[in-house]
Amino acid sequence: MKSHRPANLRSHKTGATRRDHARKVSASNSHNGIRAERDVRGQSAIQSQLTLWQKLDAWLGHHSHSSIDSLLRLLETPLQSVMTWLVIAIAVALPAALFLVFNNLQHLSNSWQDSSQISVFMKKETTEQQSIQLSIDWAKRQDVLQAVYVSPEQALAEFKEGSGLGDLVNYLDENPLPSVVLIKPKLINSNTDSLTSLQQSLIANPQVADVRLDLLWVKRLHQFIRIAERFLIALSCLLVLGVFLVIGNSLRMAIEQSRDEILVSKLVGATNAYVRRPFLYMGLWYGLIGGFIASLILGVIFFILAEPVKQLTNLYQSSFQLQGLGLVEALQLMLMSGAVGLLGAWVAVGRQLYWIRPR
Amino acid sequence: MIEFESVSKRYSDGYDALSRVEFAINAGEMVFLTGHSGAGKSTLMKMILLMEHPSRGRVKVDGRWLDQLRDSQIPYYRRNIGVVFQNHQLLFDRSVFENVALPLQVAGYSSQDIGKRVRAALDKVGLLEKERSNPVTLSGGEQQRVGIARAVVNKPALLLADEPTGNLDPELSNDIMNLFRQFNDVGTTVMIATHDVELLKKMNKRVLGLVQGKLVHDGVLF
Repeated sequence: MKSHRPANLRSHKTGATRRDHARKVSASNSHNGIRAERDVRGQSAIQSQLTLWQKLDAWLGHHSHSSIDSLLRLLETPLQSVMTWLVIAIAVALPAALFLVFNNLQHLSNSWQDSSQISVFMKKETTEQQSIQLSIDWAKRQDVLQAVYVSPEQALAEFKEGSGLGDLVNYLDENPLPSVVLIKPKLINSNTDSLTSLQQSLIANPQVADVRLDLLWVKRLHQFIRIAERFLIALSCLLVLGVFLVIGNSLRMAIEQSRDEILVSKLVGATNAYVRRPFLYMGLWYGLIGGFIASLILGVIFFILAEPVKQLTNLYQSSFQLQGLGLVEALQLMLMSGAVGLLGAWVAVGRQLYWIRPR
Repeated sequence: MIEFESVSKRYSDGYDALSRVEFAINAGEMVFLTGHSGAGKSTLMKMILLMEHPSRGRVKVDGRWLDQLRDSQIPYYRRNIGVVFQNHQLLFDRSVFENVALPLQVAGYSSQDIGKRVRAALDKVGLLEKERSNPVTLSGGEQQRVGIARAVVNKPALLLADEPTGNLDPELSNDIMNLFRQFNDVGTTVMIATHDVELLKKMNKRVLGLVQGKLVHDGVLF
Protein backbone atom coordinates (compact mmCIF):
# COMPACT_ATOMS: atom_id res chain seq x y z
CA MET A 1 0.00 0.00 0.00
CA LYS A 2 2.61 2.46 1.10
CA SER A 3 4.96 1.78 -1.79
CA HIS A 4 2.21 2.78 -4.23
CA ARG A 5 1.61 6.16 -2.78
CA PRO A 6 4.49 8.19 -4.21
CA ALA A 7 3.56 7.01 -7.71
CA ASN A 8 -0.03 8.04 -7.11
CA LEU A 9 1.01 11.44 -5.91
CA ARG A 10 3.15 11.96 -8.97
CA SER A 11 0.37 11.01 -11.32
CA HIS A 12 -2.01 13.41 -9.57
CA LYS A 13 0.41 16.24 -10.01
CA THR A 14 0.92 15.59 -13.69
CA GLY A 15 -2.85 15.36 -14.04
CA ALA A 16 -3.27 18.72 -12.37
CA THR A 17 -0.71 20.43 -14.59
CA ARG A 18 -2.37 18.96 -17.66
CA ARG A 19 -5.70 20.37 -16.52
CA ASP A 20 -4.13 23.76 -15.94
CA HIS A 21 -2.70 23.65 -19.41
CA ALA A 22 -6.07 22.75 -20.89
CA ARG A 23 -7.66 25.65 -19.09
CA LYS A 24 -5.10 28.10 -20.39
CA VAL A 25 -5.66 26.88 -23.91
CA SER A 26 -9.42 27.15 -23.68
CA ALA A 27 -9.10 30.62 -22.18
CA SER A 28 -6.75 31.85 -24.89
CA ASN A 29 -9.04 31.10 -27.81
CA SER A 30 -12.37 31.90 -26.29
CA HIS A 31 -14.52 31.05 -29.30
CA ASN A 32 -13.33 27.49 -28.97
CA GLY A 33 -14.19 27.53 -25.28
CA ILE A 34 -17.53 25.80 -25.56
CA ARG A 35 -16.09 23.03 -27.68
CA ALA A 36 -13.26 22.50 -25.23
CA GLU A 37 -15.76 22.24 -22.40
CA ARG A 38 -17.78 19.72 -24.29
CA ASP A 39 -14.65 17.67 -24.90
CA VAL A 40 -13.84 17.62 -21.22
CA ARG A 41 -17.39 16.60 -20.34
CA GLY A 42 -17.28 13.90 -22.96
CA GLN A 43 -14.09 12.54 -21.45
CA SER A 44 -15.46 12.45 -17.95
CA ALA A 45 -18.61 10.73 -19.16
CA ILE A 46 -16.51 8.00 -20.72
CA GLN A 47 -14.42 7.68 -17.59
CA SER A 48 -17.43 7.16 -15.38
CA GLN A 49 -18.82 4.34 -17.50
CA LEU A 50 -18.23 0.97 -15.87
CA THR A 51 -18.11 -2.41 -17.53
CA LEU A 52 -20.44 -5.15 -16.34
CA TRP A 53 -17.47 -7.07 -14.97
CA GLN A 54 -16.32 -4.10 -12.90
CA LYS A 55 -19.84 -3.69 -11.55
CA LEU A 56 -20.09 -7.38 -10.63
CA ASP A 57 -16.70 -7.16 -8.95
CA ALA A 58 -17.77 -4.13 -6.94
CA TRP A 59 -21.08 -5.82 -6.10
CA LEU A 60 -19.29 -8.87 -4.72
CA GLY A 61 -16.87 -6.55 -2.96
CA HIS A 62 -19.73 -4.75 -1.27
CA HIS A 63 -21.25 -8.06 -0.21
CA SER A 64 -18.06 -9.24 1.47
CA HIS A 65 -17.45 -5.78 2.89
CA SER A 66 -20.92 -5.40 4.37
CA SER A 67 -20.96 -8.95 5.71
CA ILE A 68 -17.70 -8.43 7.62
CA ASP A 69 -18.53 -4.85 8.53
CA SER A 70 -21.93 -5.73 9.96
CA LEU A 71 -20.41 -8.50 12.08
CA LEU A 72 -17.78 -6.09 13.37
CA ARG A 73 -20.52 -3.60 14.15
CA LEU A 74 -22.34 -6.22 16.19
CA LEU A 75 -19.13 -6.95 18.08
CA GLU A 76 -18.66 -3.25 18.78
CA THR A 77 -21.53 -3.43 21.26
CA PRO A 78 -20.73 -6.87 22.71
CA LEU A 79 -23.13 -6.82 25.65
CA GLN A 80 -26.14 -5.84 23.60
CA SER A 81 -25.29 -8.27 20.80
CA VAL A 82 -24.60 -11.18 23.13
CA MET A 83 -27.91 -10.61 24.89
CA THR A 84 -29.74 -10.59 21.57
CA TRP A 85 -27.89 -13.73 20.52
CA LEU A 86 -28.83 -15.46 23.76
CA VAL A 87 -32.48 -14.52 23.38
CA ILE A 88 -32.45 -15.93 19.86
CA ALA A 89 -30.50 -19.00 20.99
CA ILE A 90 -33.00 -19.77 23.73
CA ALA A 91 -35.94 -19.20 21.42
CA VAL A 92 -34.36 -21.59 18.90
CA ALA A 93 -33.08 -24.14 21.44
CA LEU A 94 -36.45 -24.58 23.15
CA PRO A 95 -38.42 -26.05 20.24
CA ALA A 96 -35.32 -27.87 19.00
CA ALA A 97 -34.88 -29.55 22.40
CA LEU A 98 -38.55 -30.57 22.50
CA PHE A 99 -38.24 -31.86 18.97
CA LEU A 100 -35.26 -34.01 19.97
CA VAL A 101 -37.09 -35.32 23.02
CA PHE A 102 -40.10 -36.35 20.95
CA ASN A 103 -37.84 -37.85 18.35
CA ASN A 104 -36.33 -40.01 21.07
CA LEU A 105 -39.74 -40.93 22.48
CA GLN A 106 -40.98 -41.95 19.07
CA HIS A 107 -37.87 -44.01 18.53
CA LEU A 108 -38.40 -45.68 21.87
CA SER A 109 -42.09 -46.42 21.36
CA ASN A 110 -41.41 -47.81 17.91
CA SER A 111 -38.93 -50.25 19.36
CA TRP A 112 -41.51 -51.20 21.98
CA GLN A 113 -44.10 -51.86 19.37
CA ASP A 114 -41.64 -53.92 17.37
CA SER A 115 -40.94 -56.04 20.41
CA SER A 116 -44.54 -56.13 21.50
CA GLN A 117 -45.23 -59.68 22.49
CA ILE A 118 -48.24 -61.79 23.25
CA SER A 119 -48.17 -63.88 26.38
CA VAL A 120 -50.23 -67.09 26.04
CA PHE A 121 -50.96 -68.65 29.43
CA MET A 122 -51.66 -72.39 29.36
CA LYS A 123 -54.28 -74.20 31.41
CA LYS A 124 -52.92 -76.03 34.42
CA GLU A 125 -53.76 -79.46 33.02
CA THR A 126 -51.80 -78.88 29.82
CA THR A 127 -48.60 -80.92 29.89
CA GLU A 128 -45.18 -79.56 29.07
CA GLN A 129 -45.05 -81.78 25.99
CA GLN A 130 -48.33 -80.35 24.67
CA SER A 131 -47.21 -76.80 25.32
CA ILE A 132 -43.95 -77.28 23.42
CA GLN A 133 -45.87 -78.85 20.54
CA LEU A 134 -48.26 -75.88 20.47
CA SER A 135 -45.40 -73.40 20.46
CA ILE A 136 -43.85 -75.23 17.49
CA ASP A 137 -47.20 -75.14 15.64
CA TRP A 138 -47.73 -71.44 16.34
CA ALA A 139 -44.23 -70.58 15.18
CA LYS A 140 -45.22 -71.88 11.72
CA ARG A 141 -48.13 -69.44 11.40
CA GLN A 142 -47.93 -66.63 8.83
CA ASP A 143 -48.54 -63.86 11.35
CA VAL A 144 -46.08 -65.10 13.96
CA LEU A 145 -42.44 -64.26 13.94
CA GLN A 146 -41.33 -66.33 16.92
CA ALA A 147 -42.89 -68.49 19.62
CA VAL A 148 -40.94 -69.46 22.74
CA TYR A 149 -42.04 -71.87 25.43
CA VAL A 150 -41.33 -70.82 29.01
CA SER A 151 -41.75 -73.57 31.61
CA PRO A 152 -43.17 -72.74 35.08
CA GLU A 153 -39.71 -73.46 36.61
CA GLN A 154 -38.03 -71.01 34.23
CA ALA A 155 -40.68 -68.41 34.94
CA LEU A 156 -40.22 -68.81 38.67
CA ALA A 157 -36.47 -68.47 38.38
CA GLU A 158 -36.85 -65.28 36.35
CA PHE A 159 -39.33 -63.94 38.87
CA LYS A 160 -36.92 -64.68 41.73
CA GLU A 161 -34.19 -62.81 39.92
CA GLY A 162 -36.12 -59.85 38.59
CA SER A 163 -38.55 -59.06 41.40
CA GLY A 164 -36.15 -59.07 44.33
CA LEU A 165 -38.63 -61.29 46.23
CA GLY A 166 -36.46 -64.42 45.90
CA ASP A 167 -36.61 -65.33 49.58
CA LEU A 168 -40.38 -65.09 49.64
CA VAL A 169 -40.61 -67.54 46.75
CA ASN A 170 -38.72 -70.13 48.82
CA TYR A 171 -41.63 -70.25 51.27
CA LEU A 172 -44.07 -71.35 48.55
CA ASP A 173 -45.06 -75.01 48.67
CA GLU A 174 -45.57 -75.36 44.98
CA ASN A 175 -44.92 -73.31 41.86
CA PRO A 176 -48.02 -71.16 41.27
CA LEU A 177 -46.96 -70.08 37.79
CA PRO A 178 -48.49 -71.58 34.67
CA SER A 179 -46.47 -72.49 31.62
CA VAL A 180 -46.34 -69.68 29.08
CA VAL A 181 -45.69 -69.37 25.37
CA LEU A 182 -44.30 -65.95 24.37
CA ILE A 183 -45.26 -65.03 20.83
CA LYS A 184 -43.65 -62.31 18.80
CA PRO A 185 -46.18 -61.31 16.15
CA LYS A 186 -45.20 -60.33 12.64
CA LEU A 187 -46.42 -56.75 12.27
CA ILE A 188 -47.41 -55.52 8.86
CA ASN A 189 -47.29 -51.70 8.75
CA SER A 190 -47.87 -51.72 12.50
CA ASN A 191 -51.45 -52.75 11.80
CA THR A 192 -53.03 -53.68 15.11
CA ASP A 193 -56.11 -55.34 13.55
CA SER A 194 -54.11 -58.40 12.56
CA LEU A 195 -52.92 -58.64 16.16
CA THR A 196 -56.48 -58.76 17.42
CA SER A 197 -57.39 -61.59 15.04
CA LEU A 198 -54.25 -63.49 16.06
CA GLN A 199 -55.23 -63.04 19.67
CA GLN A 200 -58.71 -64.41 18.98
CA SER A 201 -57.47 -67.47 17.15
CA LEU A 202 -55.03 -68.22 20.00
CA ILE A 203 -57.66 -67.99 22.71
CA ALA A 204 -59.93 -70.35 20.72
CA ASN A 205 -57.51 -73.18 21.52
CA PRO A 206 -58.97 -75.35 24.39
CA GLN A 207 -55.56 -75.75 26.06
CA VAL A 208 -55.09 -71.98 26.43
CA ALA A 209 -56.20 -70.27 29.61
CA ASP A 210 -55.59 -66.61 28.71
CA VAL A 211 -53.93 -64.38 26.12
CA ARG A 212 -52.43 -61.03 27.08
CA LEU A 213 -51.84 -58.37 24.49
CA ASP A 214 -50.49 -55.16 25.97
CA LEU A 215 -50.81 -52.91 22.99
CA LEU A 216 -53.31 -50.39 24.22
CA TRP A 217 -50.83 -48.31 26.16
CA VAL A 218 -48.50 -48.19 23.14
CA LYS A 219 -51.40 -46.86 21.12
CA ARG A 220 -52.11 -44.28 23.77
CA LEU A 221 -48.49 -43.21 23.81
CA HIS A 222 -48.58 -42.75 20.05
CA GLN A 223 -51.71 -40.64 20.32
CA PHE A 224 -50.10 -38.60 23.05
CA ILE A 225 -47.01 -38.01 20.93
CA ARG A 226 -49.19 -36.90 18.03
CA ILE A 227 -50.87 -34.28 20.23
CA ALA A 228 -47.51 -33.21 21.61
CA GLU A 229 -46.22 -32.81 18.06
CA ARG A 230 -49.04 -30.42 17.18
CA PHE A 231 -48.29 -28.49 20.34
CA LEU A 232 -44.60 -28.44 19.41
CA ILE A 233 -45.35 -27.00 15.97
CA ALA A 234 -47.51 -24.26 17.47
CA LEU A 235 -44.83 -23.47 20.04
CA SER A 236 -42.16 -23.37 17.34
CA CYS A 237 -44.22 -20.93 15.31
CA LEU A 238 -44.58 -18.65 18.32
CA LEU A 239 -40.87 -18.79 19.08
CA VAL A 240 -39.94 -18.15 15.45
CA LEU A 241 -42.22 -15.12 15.62
CA GLY A 242 -40.33 -14.11 18.76
CA VAL A 243 -37.02 -14.38 16.90
CA PHE A 244 -38.52 -12.28 14.12
CA LEU A 245 -39.51 -9.57 16.55
CA VAL A 246 -36.22 -9.58 18.44
CA ILE A 247 -34.21 -9.27 15.24
CA GLY A 248 -36.58 -6.66 13.86
CA ASN A 249 -36.26 -4.60 17.01
CA SER A 250 -32.46 -4.84 17.11
CA LEU A 251 -32.25 -3.85 13.47
CA ARG A 252 -34.60 -0.93 13.92
CA MET A 253 -32.24 0.43 16.55
CA ALA A 254 -29.21 -0.20 14.33
CA ILE A 255 -30.91 1.62 11.45
CA GLU A 256 -31.84 4.54 13.68
CA GLN A 257 -28.20 4.77 14.76
CA SER A 258 -26.96 4.96 11.20
CA ARG A 259 -29.67 7.29 9.96
CA ASP A 260 -27.16 9.96 8.84
CA GLU A 261 -25.16 7.43 6.90
CA ILE A 262 -28.28 6.18 5.14
CA LEU A 263 -29.39 9.71 4.25
CA VAL A 264 -26.01 10.73 2.86
CA SER A 265 -25.66 7.46 0.96
CA LYS A 266 -29.07 7.91 -0.62
CA LEU A 267 -28.22 11.49 -1.51
CA VAL A 268 -25.09 10.45 -3.40
CA GLY A 269 -27.05 7.82 -5.32
CA ALA A 270 -27.17 4.65 -3.24
CA THR A 271 -29.90 2.24 -4.32
CA ASN A 272 -32.26 0.77 -1.75
CA ALA A 273 -30.57 -2.60 -2.18
CA TYR A 274 -27.19 -1.06 -1.37
CA VAL A 275 -28.48 0.61 1.77
CA ARG A 276 -30.35 -2.52 2.85
CA ARG A 277 -27.47 -4.95 2.37
CA PRO A 278 -25.49 -4.41 5.61
CA PHE A 279 -28.67 -4.71 7.66
CA LEU A 280 -29.67 -7.94 5.96
CA TYR A 281 -26.24 -9.32 6.80
CA MET A 282 -26.75 -8.15 10.36
CA GLY A 283 -29.98 -10.16 10.52
CA LEU A 284 -28.19 -13.16 9.03
CA TRP A 285 -25.44 -12.91 11.66
CA TYR A 286 -28.00 -12.62 14.44
CA GLY A 287 -29.69 -15.79 13.22
CA LEU A 288 -26.56 -17.81 12.40
CA ILE A 289 -24.73 -17.09 15.63
CA GLY A 290 -27.94 -17.44 17.66
CA GLY A 291 -28.41 -20.86 16.03
CA PHE A 292 -24.81 -21.75 16.80
CA ILE A 293 -25.26 -20.90 20.47
CA ALA A 294 -28.52 -22.87 20.48
CA SER A 295 -26.62 -25.91 19.13
CA LEU A 296 -24.06 -25.51 21.89
CA ILE A 297 -26.80 -25.30 24.53
CA LEU A 298 -28.47 -28.44 23.18
CA GLY A 299 -25.13 -30.23 22.99
CA VAL A 300 -24.43 -29.47 26.64
CA ILE A 301 -27.95 -30.45 27.79
CA PHE A 302 -27.90 -33.79 25.98
CA PHE A 303 -24.36 -34.49 27.15
CA ILE A 304 -25.52 -34.00 30.73
CA LEU A 305 -28.61 -36.17 30.13
CA ALA A 306 -26.84 -39.00 28.32
CA GLU A 307 -25.37 -40.70 31.41
CA PRO A 308 -28.51 -40.85 33.62
CA VAL A 309 -30.62 -41.93 30.65
CA LYS A 310 -28.17 -44.73 29.99
CA GLN A 311 -28.39 -45.88 33.60
CA LEU A 312 -32.17 -45.73 33.44
CA THR A 313 -32.38 -47.76 30.24
CA ASN A 314 -29.90 -50.26 31.68
CA LEU A 315 -32.38 -50.83 34.50
CA TYR A 316 -34.98 -51.69 31.88
CA GLN A 317 -32.46 -53.86 30.03
CA SER A 318 -33.06 -51.82 26.93
CA SER A 319 -30.48 -51.00 24.29
CA PHE A 320 -32.09 -47.59 23.85
CA GLN A 321 -29.63 -44.78 23.21
CA LEU A 322 -30.34 -41.08 23.60
CA GLN A 323 -30.20 -39.37 20.19
CA GLY A 324 -28.52 -35.97 20.64
CA LEU A 325 -27.88 -33.26 18.10
CA GLY A 326 -25.66 -34.53 15.27
CA LEU A 327 -23.27 -32.31 13.33
CA VAL A 328 -25.58 -32.21 10.31
CA GLU A 329 -28.57 -31.37 12.50
CA ALA A 330 -26.59 -28.63 14.25
CA LEU A 331 -25.72 -27.16 10.84
CA GLN A 332 -29.35 -27.42 9.77
CA LEU A 333 -30.40 -25.64 12.95
CA MET A 334 -27.89 -22.85 12.27
CA LEU A 335 -28.99 -22.48 8.67
CA MET A 336 -32.66 -22.43 9.60
CA SER A 337 -32.02 -19.86 12.30
CA GLY A 338 -29.94 -17.81 9.86
CA ALA A 339 -32.74 -17.94 7.31
CA VAL A 340 -35.23 -16.74 9.93
CA GLY A 341 -32.82 -13.92 10.81
CA LEU A 342 -32.44 -12.90 7.18
CA LEU A 343 -36.17 -12.98 6.62
CA GLY A 344 -36.82 -11.04 9.82
CA ALA A 345 -34.30 -8.43 8.73
CA TRP A 346 -35.93 -8.19 5.32
CA VAL A 347 -39.35 -7.56 6.81
CA ALA A 348 -38.10 -5.10 9.42
CA VAL A 349 -35.70 -3.18 7.20
CA GLY A 350 -37.64 -2.91 3.97
CA ARG A 351 -40.28 -0.43 4.99
CA GLN A 352 -38.17 1.51 7.42
CA LEU A 353 -35.41 2.18 4.90
CA TYR A 354 -37.96 3.22 2.35
CA TRP A 355 -39.14 5.98 4.67
CA ILE A 356 -35.67 7.23 5.52
CA ARG A 357 -35.14 9.50 2.56
CA PRO A 358 -33.40 12.82 2.19
CA ARG A 359 -35.62 15.85 2.82
CA MET B 1 -29.06 21.48 -18.24
CA ILE B 2 -31.77 22.65 -15.83
CA GLU B 3 -35.21 23.82 -16.86
CA PHE B 4 -37.99 24.94 -14.51
CA GLU B 5 -41.39 25.15 -16.16
CA SER B 6 -43.82 27.24 -14.10
CA VAL B 7 -42.92 25.43 -10.90
CA SER B 8 -44.92 26.03 -7.72
CA LYS B 9 -44.54 24.39 -4.35
CA ARG B 10 -47.14 24.62 -1.65
CA TYR B 11 -46.50 22.71 1.57
CA SER B 12 -49.28 20.86 3.30
CA ASP B 13 -49.64 23.67 5.85
CA GLY B 14 -50.53 26.10 3.06
CA TYR B 15 -47.15 27.83 2.89
CA ASP B 16 -46.06 28.73 -0.64
CA ALA B 17 -42.35 28.05 -0.96
CA LEU B 18 -42.19 28.67 -4.70
CA SER B 19 -44.71 30.17 -7.09
CA ARG B 20 -44.54 29.95 -10.87
CA VAL B 21 -40.75 29.86 -11.09
CA GLU B 22 -39.48 29.65 -14.62
CA PHE B 23 -35.88 29.65 -15.86
CA ALA B 24 -33.38 27.63 -17.87
CA ILE B 25 -29.67 27.01 -17.29
CA ASN B 26 -27.40 25.79 -20.04
CA ALA B 27 -24.79 23.10 -19.63
CA GLY B 28 -21.47 24.57 -18.50
CA GLU B 29 -23.02 27.66 -16.90
CA MET B 30 -22.25 28.91 -13.40
CA VAL B 31 -25.30 30.38 -11.72
CA PHE B 32 -25.96 31.88 -8.29
CA LEU B 33 -29.24 31.60 -6.52
CA THR B 34 -29.93 34.31 -3.96
CA GLY B 35 -32.62 35.56 -1.62
CA HIS B 36 -33.32 35.81 2.10
CA SER B 37 -33.73 32.68 4.11
CA GLY B 38 -37.18 31.29 3.44
CA ALA B 39 -37.25 32.74 -0.08
CA GLY B 40 -37.26 29.25 -1.56
CA LYS B 41 -33.60 28.66 -2.45
CA SER B 42 -33.36 25.35 -0.63
CA THR B 43 -36.71 24.14 -1.93
CA LEU B 44 -35.60 24.87 -5.48
CA MET B 45 -32.36 22.91 -5.03
CA LYS B 46 -34.13 20.04 -3.33
CA MET B 47 -36.40 19.74 -6.34
CA ILE B 48 -33.39 19.27 -8.59
CA LEU B 49 -32.20 16.54 -6.23
CA LEU B 50 -35.67 14.98 -6.13
CA MET B 51 -35.88 15.50 -2.39
CA GLU B 52 -38.98 17.57 -3.02
CA HIS B 53 -41.58 17.42 -5.77
CA PRO B 54 -43.33 20.42 -7.32
CA SER B 55 -47.01 20.93 -6.53
CA ARG B 56 -47.40 22.40 -10.01
CA GLY B 57 -45.18 22.66 -13.06
CA ARG B 58 -42.26 20.43 -13.84
CA VAL B 59 -38.48 20.29 -13.83
CA LYS B 60 -36.15 19.01 -16.52
CA VAL B 61 -32.54 18.10 -15.73
CA ASP B 62 -29.99 16.82 -18.24
CA GLY B 63 -32.71 16.25 -20.84
CA ARG B 64 -35.08 14.30 -18.58
CA TRP B 65 -38.35 15.40 -17.03
CA LEU B 66 -38.00 14.53 -13.38
CA ASP B 67 -41.66 13.69 -12.86
CA GLN B 68 -41.21 10.83 -15.31
CA LEU B 69 -38.36 9.22 -13.37
CA ARG B 70 -39.32 6.05 -11.59
CA ASP B 71 -38.31 5.56 -7.94
CA SER B 72 -35.80 2.92 -8.95
CA GLN B 73 -34.09 5.35 -11.32
CA ILE B 74 -33.58 8.08 -8.74
CA PRO B 75 -30.30 6.69 -7.33
CA TYR B 76 -28.75 6.54 -10.80
CA TYR B 77 -29.99 10.05 -11.56
CA ARG B 78 -28.47 11.40 -8.34
CA ARG B 79 -25.07 9.92 -9.17
CA ASN B 80 -24.71 12.56 -11.86
CA ILE B 81 -25.21 15.43 -9.41
CA GLY B 82 -22.71 16.57 -6.81
CA VAL B 83 -24.09 18.31 -3.73
CA VAL B 84 -22.40 20.53 -1.14
CA PHE B 85 -24.31 21.45 1.98
CA GLN B 86 -23.86 24.28 4.42
CA ASN B 87 -23.58 21.79 7.27
CA HIS B 88 -21.28 19.52 5.22
CA GLN B 89 -23.27 16.34 5.98
CA LEU B 90 -20.00 14.55 6.64
CA LEU B 91 -19.99 11.26 8.53
CA PHE B 92 -17.88 11.57 11.64
CA ASP B 93 -17.51 7.86 12.26
CA ARG B 94 -15.05 7.48 9.39
CA SER B 95 -11.99 9.09 7.87
CA VAL B 96 -11.87 11.89 5.33
CA PHE B 97 -10.89 9.35 2.68
CA GLU B 98 -13.92 7.16 3.39
CA ASN B 99 -16.24 10.17 3.35
CA VAL B 100 -15.05 11.22 -0.08
CA ALA B 101 -15.09 7.61 -1.32
CA LEU B 102 -18.79 7.12 -0.51
CA PRO B 103 -20.25 8.22 -3.89
CA LEU B 104 -17.79 5.94 -5.71
CA GLN B 105 -18.52 2.94 -3.49
CA VAL B 106 -22.22 3.49 -4.01
CA ALA B 107 -21.72 3.61 -7.78
CA GLY B 108 -19.69 0.40 -7.73
CA TYR B 109 -16.14 1.49 -8.52
CA SER B 110 -13.25 -0.86 -7.83
CA SER B 111 -11.18 -0.06 -4.75
CA GLN B 112 -8.20 0.73 -7.00
CA ASP B 113 -10.23 3.29 -8.95
CA ILE B 114 -11.64 4.68 -5.75
CA GLY B 115 -8.18 5.21 -4.30
CA LYS B 116 -7.02 7.10 -7.38
CA ARG B 117 -10.10 9.26 -7.73
CA VAL B 118 -10.45 10.10 -4.05
CA ARG B 119 -6.82 11.19 -3.86
CA ALA B 120 -7.24 13.25 -7.02
CA ALA B 121 -10.29 14.99 -5.53
CA LEU B 122 -8.58 15.58 -2.19
CA ASP B 123 -5.53 16.90 -4.01
CA LYS B 124 -7.77 19.33 -5.87
CA VAL B 125 -9.17 20.79 -2.65
CA GLY B 126 -5.71 20.73 -1.02
CA LEU B 127 -6.42 18.14 1.67
CA LEU B 128 -4.43 15.18 0.41
CA GLU B 129 -2.34 15.00 3.58
CA LYS B 130 -5.53 14.81 5.71
CA GLU B 131 -7.01 11.72 4.07
CA ARG B 132 -6.66 9.62 7.22
CA SER B 133 -7.94 12.24 9.66
CA ASN B 134 -11.40 12.20 11.11
CA PRO B 135 -13.45 15.14 9.79
CA VAL B 136 -14.13 16.19 13.42
CA THR B 137 -10.49 17.23 13.77
CA LEU B 138 -10.69 19.56 10.76
CA SER B 139 -11.57 23.25 10.73
CA GLY B 140 -14.86 24.50 9.28
CA GLY B 141 -13.24 25.51 6.01
CA GLU B 142 -11.47 22.16 5.72
CA GLN B 143 -14.69 20.28 6.42
CA GLN B 144 -16.40 22.26 3.68
CA ARG B 145 -13.59 21.36 1.29
CA VAL B 146 -14.00 17.66 2.17
CA GLY B 147 -17.69 18.10 1.31
CA ILE B 148 -16.72 19.60 -2.02
CA ALA B 149 -14.27 16.78 -2.74
CA ARG B 150 -17.06 14.29 -2.08
CA ALA B 151 -19.39 16.23 -4.39
CA VAL B 152 -16.95 16.25 -7.32
CA VAL B 153 -15.22 12.88 -6.88
CA ASN B 154 -17.69 11.20 -9.23
CA LYS B 155 -17.14 13.93 -11.86
CA PRO B 156 -20.79 14.92 -11.94
CA ALA B 157 -22.25 16.95 -14.79
CA LEU B 158 -24.02 19.19 -12.29
CA LEU B 159 -22.71 20.59 -9.03
CA LEU B 160 -25.15 22.07 -6.50
CA ALA B 161 -24.08 23.98 -3.40
CA ASP B 162 -26.45 25.24 -0.71
CA GLU B 163 -24.80 28.10 1.24
CA PRO B 164 -21.34 26.56 0.93
CA THR B 165 -19.70 29.61 2.53
CA GLY B 166 -22.38 30.05 5.18
CA ASN B 167 -20.23 30.20 8.30
CA LEU B 168 -16.81 30.86 6.79
CA ASP B 169 -14.83 34.09 6.91
CA PRO B 170 -14.45 36.10 3.63
CA GLU B 171 -10.97 34.80 2.83
CA LEU B 172 -12.01 31.15 3.11
CA SER B 173 -15.18 31.96 1.15
CA ASN B 174 -13.02 33.25 -1.68
CA ASP B 175 -10.99 30.04 -1.70
CA ILE B 176 -14.12 27.93 -1.87
CA MET B 177 -15.60 30.06 -4.67
CA ASN B 178 -12.39 29.78 -6.65
CA LEU B 179 -12.66 26.02 -6.32
CA PHE B 180 -16.18 26.09 -7.75
CA ARG B 181 -15.00 28.33 -10.55
CA GLN B 182 -12.27 25.83 -11.40
CA PHE B 183 -14.79 23.02 -11.68
CA ASN B 184 -16.96 25.24 -13.86
CA ASP B 185 -13.93 25.95 -16.06
CA VAL B 186 -13.64 22.24 -16.93
CA GLY B 187 -17.26 22.09 -18.01
CA THR B 188 -19.27 21.27 -14.88
CA THR B 189 -22.55 23.14 -14.55
CA VAL B 190 -22.50 24.84 -11.16
CA MET B 191 -25.41 26.24 -9.15
CA ILE B 192 -24.72 27.93 -5.83
CA ALA B 193 -27.29 29.24 -3.36
CA THR B 194 -26.00 32.10 -1.21
CA HIS B 195 -27.24 35.25 0.48
CA ASP B 196 -23.78 36.84 0.43
CA VAL B 197 -24.34 39.82 -1.92
CA GLU B 198 -20.72 40.99 -1.79
CA LEU B 199 -19.62 37.61 -3.03
CA LEU B 200 -22.13 37.74 -5.90
CA LYS B 201 -20.78 41.11 -7.07
CA LYS B 202 -17.22 39.83 -6.97
CA MET B 203 -17.97 36.65 -8.92
CA ASN B 204 -19.68 38.50 -11.76
CA LYS B 205 -21.88 35.60 -12.85
CA ARG B 206 -25.54 35.10 -13.67
CA VAL B 207 -27.75 35.52 -10.60
CA LEU B 208 -31.28 34.26 -9.99
CA GLY B 209 -32.99 36.28 -7.26
CA LEU B 210 -35.86 34.83 -5.25
CA VAL B 211 -38.22 36.85 -3.07
CA GLN B 212 -40.96 34.98 -1.23
CA GLY B 213 -40.92 32.14 -3.70
CA LYS B 214 -41.04 34.34 -6.81
CA LEU B 215 -38.21 34.76 -9.29
CA VAL B 216 -37.60 38.54 -9.37
CA HIS B 217 -34.15 38.80 -10.89
CA ASP B 218 -32.27 36.95 -13.63
CA GLY B 219 -28.94 38.30 -14.84
CA VAL B 220 -25.52 39.58 -13.81
CA LEU B 221 -25.45 41.71 -10.67
CA PHE B 222 -23.49 44.97 -10.72
